[in-house]
Amino acid sequence: MNKKHSQFVAFLIFKLLGIIVVLILFSILGFIIINGVRVINWEFLSKFPGEGMTTGGIFPAIVGTLYLTIGSLLFAFPLGVMSALYTQEYAGKGWIVKTIRMMTNNLASVPSIVFGLFGMSLFVNKLNFGDSLLAGSLTLGLLALPVIIRTTEEALKAVPDTYRAASLALGATKLQTISKVVLPAAMPNIITGLILSIGRVSGETAPILFTVAAYFLPHLPSGVFDQAMALPYHLYVLATSGTDIEASRPMAYGTALVLILIVLTMNLLATFIRRKLEKKRSK
Amino acid sequence: MQKKKIIRRILDKTTEYLLTFSGAITGIAIVFITIFLFTEGAALFKSPEVEQGYELYVHAQNPINTLSPAETKKIFDSEITNWKDIGGKDGEIKIFRIDDAFSVYPEDELGENYALLPQKLGELIAQDENILAFLPKQYAPIGSSVKALVSHNIQPSDYFLGKEWMPTATPVPFFGVMPLVLGTLLVSIVALIIALPLGLGVAIYLSELASEKQRRLLKPVIELLAGIPSVVYGFFGLVVLVPAIQKSLHLPVGETAFTGSLLLAIMALPTIISVAEDALRNTPRAMREASLAMGATQWQTIYRVVVPYAKSGISAAVVLGIGRAIGETMAVMMVTGNAAVMPHSIFQSVRTIPATIAAELGEAPAGGPHYQALFLLGCILFVFTMIISISAEIISKKKNYKPH
Repeated sequence: MNKKHSQFVAFLIFKLLGIIVVLILFSILGFIIINGVRVINWEFLSKFPGEGMTTGGIFPAIVGTLYLTIGSLLFAFPLGVMSALYTQEYAGKGWIVKTIRMMTNNLASVPSIVFGLFGMSLFVNKLNFGDSLLAGSLTLGLLALPVIIRTTEEALKAVPDTYRAASLALGATKLQTISKVVLPAAMPNIITGLILSIGRVSGETAPILFTVAAYFLPHLPSGVFDQAMALPYHLYVLATSGTDIEASRPMAYGTALVLILIVLTMNLLATFIRRKLEKKRSK
Repeated sequence: MQKKKIIRRILDKTTEYLLTFSGAITGIAIVFITIFLFTEGAALFKSPEVEQGYELYVHAQNPINTLSPAETKKIFDSEITNWKDIGGKDGEIKIFRIDDAFSVYPEDELGENYALLPQKLGELIAQDENILAFLPKQYAPIGSSVKALVSHNIQPSDYFLGKEWMPTATPVPFFGVMPLVLGTLLVSIVALIIALPLGLGVAIYLSELASEKQRRLLKPVIELLAGIPSVVYGFFGLVVLVPAIQKSLHLPVGETAFTGSLLLAIMALPTIISVAEDALRNTPRAMREASLAMGATQWQTIYRVVVPYAKSGISAAVVLGIGRAIGETMAVMMVTGNAAVMPHSIFQSVRTIPATIAAELGEAPAGGPHYQALFLLGCILFVFTMIISISAEIISKKKNYKPH
């Protein structure tokens, strides 16, 4: 009987814990969604902020984040995929590959503020890009690089060796094998990795603090050497250093909701694309 | 036919070189980041202790040749007022700053671009044996009765063991990282103490007790929560947690180490839950069944068989959780109040390493000691997280099951 009692108590505790934690996490989401939904409308998404960030919208921040995300992935995605192809398909199992892998793993765990530090001193100061989209994109790209390499490596690893052997046995070259057999098979997972890193890059604040982000700009950036506003930094300044913090609260809720929506969309998109590509392949 | 083959082979080789090249670039970039951080940071120990561009001068007859940073600070804070207290002759210390020169000499006496200023300053110092002048190097006083105090470089022990972080203090900035390191560890460890039991409980619930339907609903939501930007969590902490903690604990301010820990715990929960849940679910079915077949209850099976089997996976989750907590910047910066003092209680404002970098880098002049000190903080973070990620790797590779 005793055994049963302790099981009952333990399970009750776990169920309660589960409910409590899930409630806490849901209430955070709910809190931001409820407060943010009231603010978001077309005007909020398409106008410049006005009157000390208390009215208007967040259009320039959305555009800035879009530019930064595209810029960083333009640089990180090809480099990451190619590096992963090299380490997985071409390089042997020598110490060079092992070292690169160890380093990418470590780099993936380096805090984002350290990337900001590096990006500021190298791109902004040493290479003289100034606070610019270029410096910010490169910094964010470095941050995304280890993530992309890792997911691509995993994706390539998941392709069975028999595929490669079969292709080579049919007389295909290595390049043909990779481009016609390995890559298509690995594509759903590679794309998933790409989309998830979009979610990550678009929400990072620390790396852009000193490389690109502007408190307020009356115009959109017109070139890669221009500063830009960005959503996460915009939320940070709205929350902590606006001229009238209480009056700009609604703007902050709206910005937070937009950020959450981006992550949500990216997650859903990743799932959707993976399912679709997998279905197509199985046909 | 032959031609096609050759083209194909060339294409093949080019691709191989291209891929090798990008692999090399990535490798080099990573090495470069590391070297770069450490060289910038290490340059701090080649900087003088006195504020950049300034020097301390005394009368040539003064027996004092050098002052430690602590002594200098006490003198300028008027805690030491007599040369006798630091081993000199009896006499009140007279502090002289560059601004004082302008009240002694009218501007027209100093010549064009203050060309005569060094000479005048030399004369001034010569008149008074008890003077301690803090002057910019560009106007270094000239004269035979002037002596510049020997300025040491910043010592690693002052940096790593120093208890005061006052990077912009004059005449001697203090770069002691102890308050920041302790603040970071305090916030992260308390966060983990809160998050671990909760996370583990939820992981056990999800993997062992929840129905398939509940699991399929909750798992994606928890993964989504892991992806929400930290600045959003920070904002939530600022508008909800800070006032709540201030009110419920009757504190003068709600921005405390505890607030940071609580927020970090909430942020770490999704990661801990999903890693630990994966580890628990990896326990082979045969082991569970064997335990149940011997008459153990489901609960006994969980805590005697499943949890011990998943121990290394769970430890990896813990270590990863610490790693993320230590490096977290924005959320912590927004709710901990950022007072750079030695932490005495968790209901006090603290400042973490990442928050310090984020808050001060914008104001630190590039290449100066403050800037270098912040880079060295980056190195400390880098080393912390590297140790953590290596130990997580070792732990998760360790053999799971030891036969008794």
